[in-house]
Amino acid sequence: MESIIGFFNDPYINQVLTLTGIYLITALGLHLITGITGQFSFGHAGFMSIGAYTAALLSLHLETPFILNVFIGGLAAGFAGTLLGFPSLRLTGDYLGITTLGFAEIVRIVFINLNITGGARGLAGIPRDTNFTIVLLLAVLSIICMYRIHNSRFGRALTAIREDELAAEAMGINTLLYKVKAFAIGTFFAGIGGGLYAHLIQYLNPADFGVSRSFELLNFVVLGGLGSVPGTILGTTVLTLAPEFLRFVKEYRMLIYSALMVTMMIFRPHGLLGGVNFRKLFLDLVHRIMAQLAKTKNVGGK
Amino acid sequence: MTSLLELENITIQFGGLMAVDHVSLKVEKGWISALIGPNGAGKSTIFNMISGLYKPTSGKVFFNGRDITGYKAYKVTSLGIARTFQNIRLFKNLSVLDNVRIGRHCRGSSGLIGALARFPCTKAEEKEIEEKAHEALEVVDLLDKKNELAKNLPYGEQRRLEIARALAADPVLLLLDEPAAGMNIQEKQTLMHMIQNIRAMGITIMLVEHDMSFVMNISDHVDVLNYGQKIAAGTPSEVQNNPDVIEAYLGKEID
Repeated sequence: MESIIGFFNDPYINQVLTLTGIYLITALGLHLITGITGQFSFGHAGFMSIGAYTAALLSLHLETPFILNVFIGGLAAGFAGTLLGFPSLRLTGDYLGITTLGFAEIVRIVFINLNITGGARGLAGIPRDTNFTIVLLLAVLSIICMYRIHNSRFGRALTAIREDELAAEAMGINTLLYKVKAFAIGTFFAGIGGGLYAHLIQYLNPADFGVSRSFELLNFVVLGGLGSVPGTILGTTVLTLAPEFLRFVKEYRMLIYSALMVTMMIFRPHGLLGGVNFRKLFLDLVHRIMAQLAKTKNVGGK
Repeated sequence: MTSLLELENITIQFGGLMAVDHVSLKVEKGWISALIGPNGAGKSTIFNMISGLYKPTSGKVFFNGRDITGYKAYKVTSLGIARTFQNIRLFKNLSVLDNVRIGRHCRGSSGLIGALARFPCTKAEEKEIEEKAHEALEVVDLLDKKNELAKNLPYGEQRRLEIARALAADPVLLLLDEPAAGMNIQEKQTLMHMIQNIRAMGITIMLVEHDMSFVMNISDHVDVLNYGQKIAAGTPSEVQNNPDVIEAYLGKEID
């Protein structure tokens, strides 16, 4: 028991796990946009940075409570997502991807050139308010939110858009509005993740939220299995921890990481958990156990 | 009394092509009305204009006396016009039940907040959606397959599932785009009974179909199109003996 507490108290382990949780919250937002609604977003890191800078600036200048700042950061990102969503979600596929990519770049360049964000020098001295407990709590809350959305009229409408947008429209779903809503919620989660990130790392630099970070987030969602919450959890955990475990190979670290990704895509193109139906697996298991129990009972009866 | 559906000089042009050229037709309440014509006559295009997927270049669409020309598809559905597609457009990776539940979308109201908070009214609505979905699946005899994925159903059942999905929206008018396409004789028989049952539920039906014996057996009224123009209308027997219709389908006799 003591060793477990010691394990979590180790600053390095604690930092890595907290970061995993933060990425998970952010990735769940992207899961809703790309995995559930089927809309490509290559600019998720841009929204993460909006949340991060908003929350950090509030903490530094207004000294409002940390959780409130993170929440407002989320709202700011969600607002930006809505603004971008209305014109660009009329586009589909590649075009939408390019638009989101461009938007994230614009955000990055704006943050480099603003005075209040510290420009290219970055923003330092953010209080370290994020801790593992808060992140764990919010991550669990996010997962519950995702499950509840999925099993609702709202979530089914989003899935319908992913499956066949034209048919969804003919079923009475205002597809543009629902896509914008999904985008707003997804970017809200990115903003929350960003705010938590800012208060963990204590230093923000626009370069941290570039294209590569956006694609990294997309990898989290795709690797585990697009459209699956357990898949997103697995993908985020594996891909955040893999570079840490690979530290011993030094400069070959990213090489091996990339090789792993390529291998993965060849052998499980739908993601690690793609196409795995947990509900069905669970029901089958229960069924089997019940059958086994009935059998032993019968034998006992004789 | 106004007709349930009335098209008034409806026209749509795709570039230089006049796909539908000043077509007027009526569908009265309680009818099974068929729209027939050779390939490319503009039948599906008319369906797309009624259901709001295409906007007519000119002309008007009236539903229950209300001008619905240019309404968005989701709005048209909520007014009571549901449809199926010629090339099946199910939500392939979702279960049969989920497909039908989504069909019920336009009759519900709970949104994101309801989904997260699960208010008693949200739960009641979910229960109602489930019941209605079961009813719709019962009509097309697919209830025992409700947990299958839509893409795993055989072709004929996929067509029936499309009908169930449309029925879940509680339509007043049901548009069926080639419901019997690709079905064998038994399947067509079953389908015919199902369509008659649906009419008995008080739903007016308009269908596009190529199978003439199917159309002639089931419809009260037939409209015939050729090259985007309406060439005949009337009861099945009237239409069958109309020289213009025979010419459109079989060609003209050379003297």
